[in-house]
Amino acid sequence: MAAPHAHEVARAAVETVDFLRWIPAAPLAGSLFLMLFGRRLPRPVVGAVACAAVLGAFALTVTAFLQVAGGAAGTVLHDHIYSWIHLAELDVSASFNLDALSGTMCLVITGVGFLIHVYSTGYMSHDPDHARYFAYLNLFTSAMLVLILADSLPLMFVGWEGVGLCSYLLIGFWYTDPAKASAGKKAFVVNRIGDAAFILGMCVLFWAMADLGRASLVFSDLNTAATKLDSGIVLTAALLLFIGATGKSAQIPLFVWLPDAMAGPTPVSALIHAATMVTAGVYLIARLSGLYVEAPVALNVIAVVGALTAFFAATVGLVQNDIKKVLAYSTVSQLGYMFLACGVGAFGAGIFHVVTHAFFKALLFLGAGSVIHGLHEEQDIRKMGALRSKMPVTWATFVVGTLAIAGVPGLSGFFSKDEILAATFDSGHHVLWAIGLLGAAMTAFYMTRLVVLTFYGEYRGAPEVLEKAHESPASMTLPLVVLAILAAVGGYMGVPHVLGGHNQFGEFLAPVVGHHELHLSHGTELGLMALSIGAALGGILFAWRRYSAGVTPDERFEESRPDLHALLGNAYYVDSTYQHGIADRVVDGSRALWKGVDVGIIDAIANGFASAARMFGDSWRRWSTGNVQHYALTLLIGVVTMIAVVVAGGAR
Amino acid sequence: MTTPAHFMVLSAMLFAIGAVGVITRRNVIVMFMSVEIMLNAANLAFIAVANYLGNMNGHVVVLLVMTVAAAEAAIGLAVILAMFRNRETVRADEIGLLRY
Amino acid sequence: MYGLLTTMILSPAAAAILLAVVPPGATVLLRRLALLASLVPFGLSVAVWSAYDPAIAGFQLVERTTWISQLGISYYLGLDGISLLLVMLTTLLTPLVLLAAPDQIHTRLKAYLISMLLLETTMLGTLVALDLILFYVFWELMLIPMFLIIGIWGGDRRVYAAIKFFLFTMVGSLPMLAGIIYMGLSYGAQPDLGGSPSFALTDLYGLVLSNSAQFWVCLAMILAFAIKVPMWPLHTWLPDAHVEAPTGGSVILAGVLLKMGTYGFVRFVMPLFPDVLPVFMPWIGTLAVIGIIYGALVAMVQPDMKKLVAYSSVSHLGFVMLGIASMNVIGVSGAVYQMIGHGLSTGALFLLVGMIYERRHTRMIADFGGLWRQVPMYASCFLIVTLASIGLPGLNGFIGEFMIIVGTFQTHPGLTAFAVSGVVLGAVYMLWMYQRVMFGPLENPENEKLTDMTPREMCVIGPLLLLIVIMGVYPKPFLERIETSVAATVERATATAVVERPSARVPELKVAHAETVSTGDNR
Repeated sequence: MAAPHAHEVARAAVETVDFLRWIPAAPLAGSLFLMLFGRRLPRPVVGAVACAAVLGAFALTVTAFLQVAGGAAGTVLHDHIYSWIHLAELDVSASFNLDALSGTMCLVITGVGFLIHVYSTGYMSHDPDHARYFAYLNLFTSAMLVLILADSLPLMFVGWEGVGLCSYLLIGFWYTDPAKASAGKKAFVVNRIGDAAFILGMCVLFWAMADLGRASLVFSDLNTAATKLDSGIVLTAALLLFIGATGKSAQIPLFVWLPDAMAGPTPVSALIHAATMVTAGVYLIARLSGLYVEAPVALNVIAVVGALTAFFAATVGLVQNDIKKVLAYSTVSQLGYMFLACGVGAFGAGIFHVVTHAFFKALLFLGAGSVIHGLHEEQDIRKMGALRSKMPVTWATFVVGTLAIAGVPGLSGFFSKDEILAATFDSGHHVLWAIGLLGAAMTAFYMTRLVVLTFYGEYRGAPEVLEKAHESPASMTLPLVVLAILAAVGGYMGVPHVLGGHNQFGEFLAPVVGHHELHLSHGTELGLMALSIGAALGGILFAWRRYSAGVTPDERFEESRPDLHALLGNAYYVDSTYQHGIADRVVDGSRALWKGVDVGIIDAIANGFASAARMFGDSWRRWSTGNVQHYALTLLIGVVTMIAVVVAGGAR
Repeated sequence: MTTPAHFMVLSAMLFAIGAVGVITRRNVIVMFMSVEIMLNAANLAFIAVANYLGNMNGHVVVLLVMTVAAAEAAIGLAVILAMFRNRETVRADEIGLLRY
Repeated sequence: MYGLLTTMILSPAAAAILLAVVPPGATVLLRRLALLASLVPFGLSVAVWSAYDPAIAGFQLVERTTWISQLGISYYLGLDGISLLLVMLTTLLTPLVLLAAPDQIHTRLKAYLISMLLLETTMLGTLVALDLILFYVFWELMLIPMFLIIGIWGGDRRVYAAIKFFLFTMVGSLPMLAGIIYMGLSYGAQPDLGGSPSFALTDLYGLVLSNSAQFWVCLAMILAFAIKVPMWPLHTWLPDAHVEAPTGGSVILAGVLLKMGTYGFVRFVMPLFPDVLPVFMPWIGTLAVIGIIYGALVAMVQPDMKKLVAYSSVSHLGFVMLGIASMNVIGVSGAVYQMIGHGLSTGALFLLVGMIYERRHTRMIADFGGLWRQVPMYASCFLIVTLASIGLPGLNGFIGEFMIIVGTFQTHPGLTAFAVSGVVLGAVYMLWMYQRVMFGPLENPENEKLTDMTPREMCVIGPLLLLIVIMGVYPKPFLERIETSVAATVERATATAVVERPSARVPELKVAHAETVSTGDNR
């Protein structure tokens, strides 16, 4: 593989500033304020505070971003706050860096995050616990910003765990439903498996760096020192960190939590489980691109895992009937594309897809939320249909999002996905490219199916629900419109050269993640592009024709191939295998440890000593008859014996 | 001619009689009296040896033992009395409070 | 400041004597008096904190007088950064426990308060004693008040638990006493050391023992400390003791008493037996990792909240022992940090479990569910402590755990790989418990009568929560006190013995300090 990857992490121009800290601090302050006083404040104030906190962070981010974009290529803003853990070789400071990569991510988080906050004021307007909701949402934004702005692995881990915590709290937001609370816990625990690998990866790197005499976990140090490190060490660390990334970004084998995470409120799914948190894994790989290019084997693993996840999740998405589950598997699948991009060395393309995906997937989730809101918590697409006239804005924006994710030319998803596929083909991974292309076709198919079943055809649910169905308020539709515009035009910042563009986005990120040159002839590139357009349009047309008559094709499929339908519907039974094959076994085993080893062996031994002592004492107990004369006799015998011994001894 | 050996034999006999009394008699008062005999056996030995050696220490010890015995008799009889009040018996084999 | 430590140690005992003359019926007076009195050692420990110079590695505020001169036993006190933090933990937890006492203790309050104050004296004594016999005296005295606290104010099986606790500990202590005496007499038998026995720690640094003698004495001490920690498989006294002990007893037991074991490792085992440590440490590390995983797994299936927390202590203390087994500055410092962190978070957990127990008279997880709506304040506090316990960054648990894992990875990468599974399992058992207690529907009508935390309970939990956050966000004041002392200890523990020149075993503290500074420069 190893596309000749001009990785010049240029000795960037570091500018020391002191306002980056306020970017995560603003939403953190909002969160603390709402936690302490939120319950006593009127509803609109709560929403306003939360939105204002994120808007403040957004404004600061824009300022910082302009400074970076306006400066020399590779400008980095650096904000050192204080020395956090400092002991012996270990020196972790709380320092933030904002460069092209983290600046872009921050813009997405605060920008899309702000829109989702606004949307939430409408969506959660009837929830009695809305103050708690906004406190968590603000806290999440803060943690996510820490994750992105961190200049070192341990500080990133703070944000990494922080977003996991908020995800836990928000998935289980409606905690009175045990299934939802369980989903939150599952998300946290599965993430923690990845986190454990993350910690080990940090250990490996730390001591390897210490051997070089530069004990440091700062990203720029790691990227520059990667060439000097032992390749086995780099590979180990790269793989361990990637396991961490698979947990956070829901890749094989740790994807099982994301579909369950849909138990949370829909704006949460849009923000955390589509636009921001789940892309943290991709960000981690891109952030350490200098390290990863030194571990080609790890990159191959990432590419394969990414492609397989993209394909596998797309197949599962084909048969899901819950509107949010379709989008969830779609997210898993799209994240797979991003990892595929990183795996073939096109880190910039991966981040490009992160950004466009944030636009259209947030849009789709919010649109789905609007539908669910309008239909009073109905999520089953088999009970929807013909909602186009009831919810025109939702319909229009949802269609834009669908066309974007499907890869229809001109919309954002087309540019980013095509760049990934082209880079994959270019790197020589033709099989992965084919898998990716097939996945793209399936994406177009299941998304069109979703649109058709939701907005077109006949209404299939209860009539009284349709009666009350309504378009959502402006606080919800306005973010939809903004996101729709972004999803439509967002791709134009990365138009490839072959189409006459300059790929400004890639150029902008190049100082951080390296430059990825395609070596394809223009003809090949255009041919590939034609193929992916064909796949997208084919998927759309096929689904359009198939589902225009309603859900019957699915029912026929289920009748003809029940086993296959169940296999896909249950996501290849991976989740239940984990549950029954691992989780239940661990619980059973633990019970056996407790009853068997703890009580049965260790305590039995301890108590055995005690009862042995008691039995010994018991056997001598009979001497205590209670009759004083027996004692006197024993005494006498003792004295006489002693005297006899002394006398006999003296005689000898 | 009485030698210390005679006194020693007498003392030993008295002591043995007392010991057998303590062990075999069931009546606590008799046991108590037997203990007194044993004490006096020891006293006799002390006096005899002290006289033989011309040393006053033995006499001192005897006086001490007699004092202690008097005090002990007072307490002992009080205990026996209390015992009789509570249990209506002075038989040692019927009082087994410390039985296992 | 001569005499400061003695004053600090004896002040709780003096308060106990004062309480003894108050009539047992005057409960309000007793409570206030005890609380006020327990603030005296706290204030004194703050004075100790400010008098302590973190830049110096050796023992500070030293007091030394002859006690039994014929046997070479002295009254020898002093503290370094490691004991300083544990002293602070002790003097902080005791007032909180006394403040919470009226909610938990319904009989013989006076005796309970006196026991707690006496316990504080013995704990402080154990932490600052530098003469091994004096240490042993305090170590054993510590058992008596705790034995009474469990045995008198405990639950249904309190007598079994108290005796089990007592006997387990005694089994370890007696070999340790033999080992201590052996060392002291050996010191006297070496003419170049002055020819008279001594039990002072700083004297014994210079003692040269044959490897086999070191092995056996070290083993005896390891046994005593390992039972106290407790390390797997010597841990079974702990769940019983915790479940039966009253809340205050559990807090002190988990918060301070268990740390005496790990403290003993750092204070005595590490510097005194450098030649045999390479033999023992891999085994200790292995047992520690078994303890981490085993404790977590068994905690997961406990139906009783208090027992769950008790087993979680086995797991957390496994991390501490793993850090000690790493034998490098980062790992051992992490272990010390984790001792404090665990004392705070587990202390808070026991207090919280105790609060719900006083209201409902049950601790069974199955009896609860959906409490969040009913007692939001309580649930929030519980959540923070839970997160601290599972090592969420930003709270105290993470820093210690992270340093332990990083430190241990240098010396035992294989063990560390297993140990990180404790990070996952910790989340499983704590969050599962939290979910079953706080989330879900509120189905049990008994729980509808639950009231949220009272102001007094807030006062008890508040300081702990505050410290949990401070220690997670700004660990510097703690770390700088730990670092120099740990560096000196590790220096001794890893020094290679040169039997011909015993002085080679006693590196100058200045050197140890200079070394840390120079690594700082390399960075």
